Amino acid sequence: MHELGIVTHVMKTLTDVAAENELTRIGSVTLEVGEVSGVIHEQILDCWDYMCTKRGPLFTGCKLILDTIPAVTYCSSCEKTYPTVQYGRTCPHCGSGETWLLEGNQCTIKEIEAE
Amino acid sequence: MSDIIEVKAGIEAENDKFAADVRKLLRNTHTRLINLMASPGAGKTSLLEQTIDGLKGAYKIAVLEADVDADVDAKRIEAHGAKAVQIHTGGSCHMDASMTLQALQTLDLNEYDLIFLENVGNLVCPAEFDVGADLKVMILSVPEGDDKPLKYPLMFQVTDCILVNKIDTDEIFDFDLQKLQKNVAPLNPKAQIIPISAFTGSGVENWIVYLREKLLAWNYSCH
Repeated sequence: MHELGIVTHVMKTLTDVAAENELTRIGSVTLEVGEVSGVIHEQILDCWDYMCTKRGPLFTGCKLILDTIPAVTYCSSCEKTYPTVQYGRTCPHCGSGETWLLEGNQCTIKEIEAE
Repeated sequence: MSDIIEVKAGIEAENDKFAADVRKLLRNTHTRLINLMASPGAGKTSLLEQTIDGLKGAYKIAVLEADVDADVDAKRIEAHGAKAVQIHTGGSCHMDASMTLQALQTLDLNEYDLIFLENVGNLVCPAEFDVGADLKVMILSVPEGDDKPLKYPLMFQVTDCILVNKIDTDEIFDFDLQKLQKNVAPLNPKAQIIPISAFTGSGVENWIVYLREKLLAWNYSCH
């Protein structure tokens, strides 16, 4: 994935949010990260800390919090759901391969703590 | 004192904004954009050479050549009579919508009916970025193997059409087209799979027919 790219996108979005809400400092940012989003936690945290030192006072000392969202797959044959990471594409209830990811590939800015 | 502010913005929001701008720009000039994706060496440029020859006269074509560096592909495209715009991604492994928009803005789009974006050779990242294209086409070449959909599922999920290139070598590489179809089906049952050889030219006419049908359908839908 693109951890550094994600970090710069997030910071750009939050710079706009800060301007709209007249914020001068962001204490923490919470990202919702799906289990199968491909985002590597360790890498994004490293990139975040690095970019915080480069982006001026708004992000000085800002903490990144990652909320992991479990991945859930839906089986269209038996209409049940199951955890994606454990069972993959094949439904553990009926063995069907007609399955679709319901959620777990997102990467969303949930909220920020700011003043 | 700190406040909690809900943001609820997807990280792809900014790219999507640019993708919408690309669509708007192209709509205004009735120009169509095809995002062509594949591994390095799968035959993107060879396919484009055959495609330009196959459509010659009927449509005015430009190609956006995205490479980390060099302009060898752009020269090959121009030798076939289409306009080429070289984009150096400077190390970036994919094209995003804002880079595509910038490249399109260097062209007088009224001059062109069809634009191909020859994406950076990579089966991972290009699949993740909407560039505002009307059609996504990927090339899988025979030496890469029929198991690629299992390893790079997103690419095979998002594409509209899979061109299986170098089909003239399938016996040497023990490549099974039926196995490939079986691997693609659960990911993307609607994907059109067309075996071709950009080298011998076999099957290329089927791709040209598919493309012409798409172009005709698009023309009807915009009048």
